[in-house]
Amino acid sequence: MGQTMAQKILARGAGVDSVTPGDIVEVKVDLVMTNDVTAPLSIREFQKTGLEKVFDPQKVVFVPDHFVPAKDIRSAENAKIMREFAHEQGTLYFELGRAGIEHVVLPENGLTLPGQIIIGADSHTCTYGAFNCFSTGMGSTDIAAAMATGTTWIRVPPTLKLVYTGTLPEGIGGKDLILHTIGTIGVDGGLNMALEFTGPVIDQLPQDDRIAMCNMAIEAGADTGIFPFDDITKAWLDEVTDRPYEPVYADPDAEYERVVEIDVTNLRPVVALPHLPSNTRFADEIEDMPINQVVIGSCTNGRLSDLRAAAEVIKGHKVHPMVRLIVIPGSQKVHREASKEGLDEIFMEAGAIFSTSTCGPCLGGYMGVIADGERCVSTTNRNFRGRMGHRSAEIILAGPRVAAASAVLGRVASPDQLSQVEAVVAD
Amino acid sequence: MQFRGRVWKFGDDIDTDVIIPARYLLTSDAEELAQYVMEDIDPGFSKKVQPGDIIVAGKNFGCGSSREHAPIAIQGAGVSCVVAKSYARIFYRNAINIGLPIIECPEAVDDAEDGDILEVDTTEGVVVNVRTGKSYDATQHSPYVQEIIKAGGLMNAVTERVKAQQAKAGA
Ligand code: SF4
Repeated sequence: MGQTMAQKILARGAGVDSVTPGDIVEVKVDLVMTNDVTAPLSIREFQKTGLEKVFDPQKVVFVPDHFVPAKDIRSAENAKIMREFAHEQGTLYFELGRAGIEHVVLPENGLTLPGQIIIGADSHTCTYGAFNCFSTGMGSTDIAAAMATGTTWIRVPPTLKLVYTGTLPEGIGGKDLILHTIGTIGVDGGLNMALEFTGPVIDQLPQDDRIAMCNMAIEAGADTGIFPFDDITKAWLDEVTDRPYEPVYADPDAEYERVVEIDVTNLRPVVALPHLPSNTRFADEIEDMPINQVVIGSCTNGRLSDLRAAAEVIKGHKVHPMVRLIVIPGSQKVHREASKEGLDEIFMEAGAIFSTSTCGPCLGGYMGVIADGERCVSTTNRNFRGRMGHRSAEIILAGPRVAAASAVLGRVASPDQLSQVEAVVAD
Repeated sequence: MQFRGRVWKFGDDIDTDVIIPARYLLTSDAEELAQYVMEDIDPGFSKKVQPGDIIVAGKNFGCGSSREHAPIAIQGAGVSCVVAKSYARIFYRNAINIGLPIIECPEAVDDAEDGDILEVDTTEGVVVNVRTGKSYDATQHSPYVQEIIKAGGLMNAVTERVKAQQAKAGA
């Protein structure tokens, strides 16, 4: 029987010819990652083993991003525990000024390669499946165990194959596709599975859009998402690394738990209303939903192409008087490139703030926590109750273009609605 | 392991952001986290819950972030075990790894009401509702997971393994 991409990577990691969904396998890991929130606990647990050194410092990486630049004394202490351990162990470590959000930084540095197994103490570690990896989030203790042994156990997930067909309408991106997908299959539609993203639409889809999609595989309950390796991924990786890698391809007779076809032809920009990512609507269906804040950034939509898309919509407009627009590049590299292109100026000219890279408001950390009763349109990945601030606040997930249009109109709106309003004003 | 406790019932898709909001993730201390457990879905829960009580929940319990602070907060609040229809994968692993007893038993969840008393035997995989007298078979953990539970959590299992390897290398 043929194997899916997830099975092939796990079989390779376990040193066997094939694996079957449901098997528990011990696999070698290629990279182990934690951040400032999860690292202190991982380090504490690692130290319980009595080991002096992590299994391979070049395969262990720490990224300060959640509450960094430190928002208060306790977050500074946590970042310090991580920094000192990283230096003492000589592991990979990305300091402020050379860093950003983990899931933006690791790919940029060529650390997420096809065919690899990557685990991280962060649920959005699934992002790297966009590079044909098996990458998945775990808790701090699992990560501590992997830092000690270089291995982990994984229950081989069955695979849900998603086939995207039809013609992708202009202005519809990866975020719209994944929100629509989660709206279709539900927040547990991929529970404990791997999602394989395939089909003619995917074959044409830019790498950044694939990353945004894969980032939210966890929001469908999946262990991970995986994209086929192709020239688009290769070209992206050629820019950042010359390390060798070995991609995997699904066998034609691979066995799938389920196959879901999604025709994208009639899609319009998608949003997810509170309080679940599956609560999706087309943005232009939402009538009169005033907002207080818009956040553009995060590991989902904080890449250069996202900032470009938002800037294109907002250029020449002003942020609505009742709205705060917060733009946060996903990494220092994105920040610098955006500045070189003058995107920062476009946002600031419109009345936004343009911040240094951090997770910040995405998890209600700082840099834009929302108050009781407020409503925020955000390009992040979770609209759970209390995620970005007060428990009564509402989060509406969207792509960067909808976020920009909403910031201008002061309500949830599509870019087309912004153009229509403009046309009326011009009359 | 056997537990007897009062039921606190929750719905489907209880995510880690409501189990322990990110604003409290600046510590991993169980007692401190316990003060805020379930705060965003049931304000005051941490004051109501008594040692030994049982959380009963629907499907996909613990979905969302990988924060181990979620099972730590539940454990810190004195909750003896969790009975749910299903768990999100990361939460499941985290609970097993840190030694928070959890069990999957959809029928028991359907029938349980807030305030019921449950008797749970996580080793045998049996749940009894004292109010109705009904008994339910829970899903067994895989043998691999049972080994971790037996070792007293993942780090104990790993430490044993490391010591065994060191002994072998030294011999
Ligand atoms: S940007 Fe948000 S979702 Fe991404 S790693 Fe940071 S906190 Fe997590």
